[in-house]
Amino acid sequence: MKDFSREEIDHVLDTAEKLEPVARGIEKSRLLDGKIIALLFFEPSTRTRLSFETAIQRLGGQIINLGSVEASSVMKGENLADTIRVISKYADLIVMRHPQDGSAHMASEFSSVPIINGGDGSIHHPTQTFLDLYTIRRESHLEGLKITMAGDLKYGRTVHSLCHALSLYGAEMTFVSPPELRMPSEIVRDMERRNIKVRETDSFENVIGDTEVLYMTRVQQERFPDPEEYEKVKNKLKLTGELLEGAAPDLKILHPLPRVNEIAPEVDDTPYACYFQQAFYGVPTRMALLALAMGVIE
Amino acid sequence: MKDKRDLKVQAIGNGTVIDHIEAGQALNVLRILGISANCQGTVSFLMNAPGAKGRKDVVKIEGRELNVEELNRISLIAPNATVNIIRDFEVLQKKNVVLPTYVEGVVRCINPNCISNSTEPIKSKFSVVRSEGGGVVLRCLYCEHAISENIAEHLV
Repeated sequence: MKDFSREEIDHVLDTAEKLEPVARGIEKSRLLDGKIIALLFFEPSTRTRLSFETAIQRLGGQIINLGSVEASSVMKGENLADTIRVISKYADLIVMRHPQDGSAHMASEFSSVPIINGGDGSIHHPTQTFLDLYTIRRESHLEGLKITMAGDLKYGRTVHSLCHALSLYGAEMTFVSPPELRMPSEIVRDMERRNIKVRETDSFENVIGDTEVLYMTRVQQERFPDPEEYEKVKNKLKLTGELLEGAAPDLKILHPLPRVNEIAPEVDDTPYACYFQQAFYGVPTRMALLALAMGVIE
Repeated sequence: MKDKRDLKVQAIGNGTVIDHIEAGQALNVLRILGISANCQGTVSFLMNAPGAKGRKDVVKIEGRELNVEELNRISLIAPNATVNIIRDFEVLQKKNVVLPTYVEGVVRCINPNCISNSTEPIKSKFSVVRSEGGGVVLRCLYCEHAISENIAEHLV
């Protein structure tokens, strides 16, 4: 994500907005007519994979699929470099998800066609960041946003990328997390160097009323060796209807999903809930990235 | 002629002398240059030798003039080293090492889940920058993990 300038991000988001009627099925598009897109998902995915499939089909493209890793030549011991060399001879573009950090970058060194990173390892998930930015732009505003990020800020890759991207637009950031899962100090320092106002706390108290976008993330049980400690943290960071009583009227709540219990079901029916809309915005955003990477839109 | 009692390491006729290496880093300098027992010429070194700015190491490599890329690699672990190219016992060139902006296949990424630590047919790749404190920071071009301490421990 750090490779993208603000102008480049804006261009992707502008393109997504133009394609949104196609994503909704209101308009038809043949932008990817005759193009074959390979989906290489080396680990499980629901939203990313299905939203890419939807985006490709809405643009009239064809899909070839790795299928399950167990049924592929990966099980015969083929390395990723060879798999990419071969598939790039079949397809016009590759969308890839892989468990190892940096695998998409490596794939781009061996591929003769563009690679879109659908998430590699625990650090990068750039198309998620683009869809988060698109959601914020459509539902709130990017410039000088007052954003609160809550949950697992230590390991959550989406919040790390989002911090960097939002810093290009200026922002006030509040980080809500238990001490064990605080935002890495390297990122906090980086934000402060970029003149971003940062506030860190461990509860929602005095935070909600002054927030325009609340970005929730899942706290994973495996991060806590002591189950009791997990229960305590989990309940402290649960967003309920009661907590939202003091919310600003234009607050929007985002979550990369899947959620477990960090957002109470009653929040779903409030005007603040934006996470299912956010999931939909993955489609126009990925349509824009596909079309731009294929060069069918400038 | 020098008294034998003063002669710690013999002068070399042709080759490279790397001076002002931080004390204790001589073996790592040989490692970063890929110089091992299979090397043809004589390799000698002094460790903990007294110098004007405190203790230092010195490495002498007989019969081999190191190229710029090799020399600059040394700066990752010995940023203050100076290099003398010797021909016929005379110093032909004297230079300081310069921090490269990029190194490949020299250092292993510290992230065990990085693709460069797998069996894929690639070499590690790092961009090299100076930190605000003046230290050397290597950033993996694959996974973006940074190495800012004990770089010598991660030499390939």
